[in-house]
Amino acid sequence: MAESHTPHPDLPPPVSTIGVPGWLRRNLFSSPLNIALTILAAYLLYIAIPPLLRWVFWDAHWRGDSRADCPADGGACWVFIRVHFEQFMYGFYPDEQRWRVKTALAVLILSAAPLFIRSVPGKIKMRLGLGLLAVYPVIAFVLFKGGVLGLPAVDTSKWGGLLLTLVIAGVGMTAALPLGVLLALGRRSQLPAIQTLCVTFIEFWRGVPLITVLFMSSVMLPLFLPAGVSFDKLLRALIGITLFQAAYMAEVVRGGLQAIPKGQIEAAAALGLGYWKTMGLIVLPQALKLVIPGIVNTFIALFKDTSLVLIIGLFDLMNIVHNATTNPDWLGFSTEGYVFTATVYWLFCFSMSRYSQSLEKRLHTGHKR
Amino acid sequence: MTEPISTPVKPPIWNNPQVRAIMFQIIALVATVTFGLYIFQNTQANLRQLGIASGFDFLSSHSGFGIVQSLIPYSESSSYGRVFWVALLNTLLVSVLGVLFATLIGFIVGIARLSKNWLISRLALVYIEAFRNIPLLLQIFFWYFAVLRAMPAPRQSFSLGEAAFLNIRGLYLPAPQFQPGFGGVLAAFGIAVVLVIFLSRWAHQRQMATGQQFPTLRAALALLLGLPLLIFWLAGSPLTWQYPELQGFNFRGGWVVIPEMASLLLAITLYTAAFIAEIVRAGIQAVSHGQTEASFSLGINSSKTLRLIILPQALRVIIPPLTNQYLNLTKNSSLAAAIGYPDLVSAFAGTVLNQTGQAIECIAITMAVYLTISLLISLLMNLYNRQVALVER
Amino acid sequence: MNPFKTLTAAATVLLLTATGVAQAGAALNAIKERGFIKCGVSDGLPGFSYADEKGNYNGIDVDVCRAVAAAVFGDATKVKFTPLTAKERLTALQSGEIDVLSRNTTWTSSRDSAQGMNFTGITYYDGQGFLVNKKLGVKNAKGLDGATVCVQAGTTTELNLSDYFRANKMKYTPISYDKSDESAKSLEAGRCDVLTSDQSQLYAQRIKLAKPDDYIVLPDVISKEPLGPVVRHGDDDWYDIVKWTLFVMVNAEELGITSKNVEEMKKSTNPDVKRLLGVEGDKGKDFGLANDWMAVVIKQVGNYGEIFERNVGKGSPLKIERGLNALWNQGGLQYAPPMR
Repeated sequence: MAESHTPHPDLPPPVSTIGVPGWLRRNLFSSPLNIALTILAAYLLYIAIPPLLRWVFWDAHWRGDSRADCPADGGACWVFIRVHFEQFMYGFYPDEQRWRVKTALAVLILSAAPLFIRSVPGKIKMRLGLGLLAVYPVIAFVLFKGGVLGLPAVDTSKWGGLLLTLVIAGVGMTAALPLGVLLALGRRSQLPAIQTLCVTFIEFWRGVPLITVLFMSSVMLPLFLPAGVSFDKLLRALIGITLFQAAYMAEVVRGGLQAIPKGQIEAAAALGLGYWKTMGLIVLPQALKLVIPGIVNTFIALFKDTSLVLIIGLFDLMNIVHNATTNPDWLGFSTEGYVFTATVYWLFCFSMSRYSQSLEKRLHTGHKR
Repeated sequence: MTEPISTPVKPPIWNNPQVRAIMFQIIALVATVTFGLYIFQNTQANLRQLGIASGFDFLSSHSGFGIVQSLIPYSESSSYGRVFWVALLNTLLVSVLGVLFATLIGFIVGIARLSKNWLISRLALVYIEAFRNIPLLLQIFFWYFAVLRAMPAPRQSFSLGEAAFLNIRGLYLPAPQFQPGFGGVLAAFGIAVVLVIFLSRWAHQRQMATGQQFPTLRAALALLLGLPLLIFWLAGSPLTWQYPELQGFNFRGGWVVIPEMASLLLAITLYTAAFIAEIVRAGIQAVSHGQTEASFSLGINSSKTLRLIILPQALRVIIPPLTNQYLNLTKNSSLAAAIGYPDLVSAFAGTVLNQTGQAIECIAITMAVYLTISLLISLLMNLYNRQVALVER
Repeated sequence: MNPFKTLTAAATVLLLTATGVAQAGAALNAIKERGFIKCGVSDGLPGFSYADEKGNYNGIDVDVCRAVAAAVFGDATKVKFTPLTAKERLTALQSGEIDVLSRNTTWTSSRDSAQGMNFTGITYYDGQGFLVNKKLGVKNAKGLDGATVCVQAGTTTELNLSDYFRANKMKYTPISYDKSDESAKSLEAGRCDVLTSDQSQLYAQRIKLAKPDDYIVLPDVISKEPLGPVVRHGDDDWYDIVKWTLFVMVNAEELGITSKNVEEMKKSTNPDVKRLLGVEGDKGKDFGLANDWMAVVIKQVGNYGEIFERNVGKGSPLKIERGLNALWNQGGLQYAPPMR
């Protein structure tokens, strides 16, 4: 009898690990638990996304300029935003003066653009950055406030909307960083009195809620000053926000200072550098670079915190939108208002955090784990 | 010719570092004290000139207004001091619940962010990026004025088996009514807790000595639930429920979660959880991958690896920033004022301040309370941090 | 250079400034130097003070401040308005953040005494009422037992509310908001059954609702709410000016002087009119103001009746009757001392 060799039947081909099916298998259906989770998540998305898209886009009302153009049929009324858009951007800033705000914005974008171009050498960037920091606030202030150079004065109580939000955030950022650096240096100081003062200051501001600070600065401050002395409400809110954020900034910077090895300071001392030179030329440049993500996070927090000025009656972006939703002619569009405001804030905060991440990667000169 | 030996010139006294240090400090102190005195004098002079009452006597006078939610008995004839306690407890309530929920959600999302499941980790990312980049106040408004406003009127409430009701006035839950004999159940629970502590010690020792494991968790659960339930049954169910009922305008009876609290809690929980999730993710990623591999090579499965190997090590990195989030959450609860939840800032630094006109005293008390809470949380978390910190040998 | 000397000098300067503050100038001088009046108004109450889309304020409370500015500076536009919530207003006045608070504030004994304020008069006699949805079927306040009530935090309204319900042995749940807008929104959404406030405010709130006709103001008035402008203790000159600006407007209505006919009335033979318009006597010097300041107030802002009708009365969407706020010789309570 002749036994013929029968080959073992072919094994099935190995599970594909490339292409779409492979990707799906690896990332979505790798285990029973994962399959269940994927199905659950997909189901939730299926429930949530289509109605959302319908509300935002397909059923929404875009055209028109009055309430009548928004029948209540389950779609968003973007007409509400379009009609109020200018107001949301500038607040009560007079119509015929708005070119000043636009000019200031254009100046900022044009002059700051080189900072974001990688091929520009660092030294030029540094000089430009510092110069901008010193000069731009003056330009912006003159343009916004007016009263000189033939520009009619626009009172700060007329500033509003996104303009005001950006002014508060911008001033807060530029003022809080240097103050925070000083406080951090003070906290790390060898001098007990200075150290105690700084620690007390930092812990006090970090311990109290911002809205009590704003309340104090907006309605109580004149009680602490000599009778008759008072200054602009916006300025007072700015001071409150700056001091508050400076305390947080100080803690971030302190983290950086602690990470600098003592040898650096000793080497500087051996070279005969005094305290300020040691700090300014040796320690701070290294420390600040280390904590850039922390600094940007503080900026993001500050940007979001600007919305609290609503509580003291300044018409920032959020308050002006909130105000518009209570306009008797446009009642019932709170959701649209909040969604719009949220989008604006989100765009700013998200791009700042992305920028910080890319900066962090670029500046990472050391060994990455 | 010899060079003239130059004797080193003694530097002038103000260039001596020590003298400088002392001078610097004296200047700072004098400036601070002077500034403080200046403020104090101005305030005194202003108050005197305006004839505004000062001092803390107002705390014992009648308040005369109602508060929507109080954890301790309160009526219009209570004192302003009582209002302070009611408001403080409301702040603490929302903070404690917020911390619990935010931690829970934050850990889940943080772990989900690292999930191998692409969809889950993307969803977690979207959640984190959406919630932490939008101002909290806006989120509170959104929940309160846009979402919770869609709830039905009391007469059209959603009802859960006629026991719990959800409407625009809040979530109404049946309230437990403790009958005599319920003390026994509580006592049984206490005994069970003590027993569990002993049991876990014994199990731990046995495992150390013999390597045998004991199902501690299951046994503990059985004890904690079983013993009180047994006593509850023996004592003849000394607990009744008071169901909310629609009477006139509103539901009466039962427990109610008011929408002001619900939206505040929802907003601060979801907001803080987004930050906690990022902290948890960073903490877990800070644990070297070798730990996971070592654990797998010992045959420990992935959920146990996470629970017993990764998380304990990650906690060291997580705790300090987590403390900051807890502090922020507590302070952020003060945004309650924007939607009328009677917390410390809203009811005490707002209403009481206005009814009495004693702004300085009310704000000072409020700030002192927040400072104390902040310092207490830091203290507790520092203690805990010391426990989990790496013991260097 | 001796560092100790510098230090001592610096400390002395600081200490000197610290001690020399109590004698600062009076409120009126500060206002005159500054060139405008800082006036605290409501954060949005049609008819009383309401900022339009351009941020221009109008309303009865706003006009009072304009009148004071006209009196002091001869120009009714020299006012800076600060919108304040009910909670902030008293502190803002106490601290000097504003010079005059014209924000439907009720005159009470404790505000006049312990809280360091002076009420300058009554621009509006009001009383607390209730605004409810018609669907509720409530005909009067006694039917509100068990209701959820929206109220503005930090007002006398909040206190009266609790007194009223306690006195009538009724139960209620208070929801206190900082801003009146939020109370109105909540009433509309059904978060509360009833909104309580001064009746005038209820009318103002009602026109801000999407469907004003679905809501009624109950007939009950549960309190006296005399509303008027307030100034700080301590500067009698300033107090007198605000007080008499109000009286001038009431007297002008009584004498039939309006913003339209003020120039013709200067030719009047009535000695009262002549004195008021500064044609005769020196009523300006008494107050340290220009002699025709009263005429300027009337010309630029109007008499009391004009302000009332324009903002809350027939000429406005609120359509509130004069009622208690009619002149004393027409059955109301508005009565001003004579100009002599």
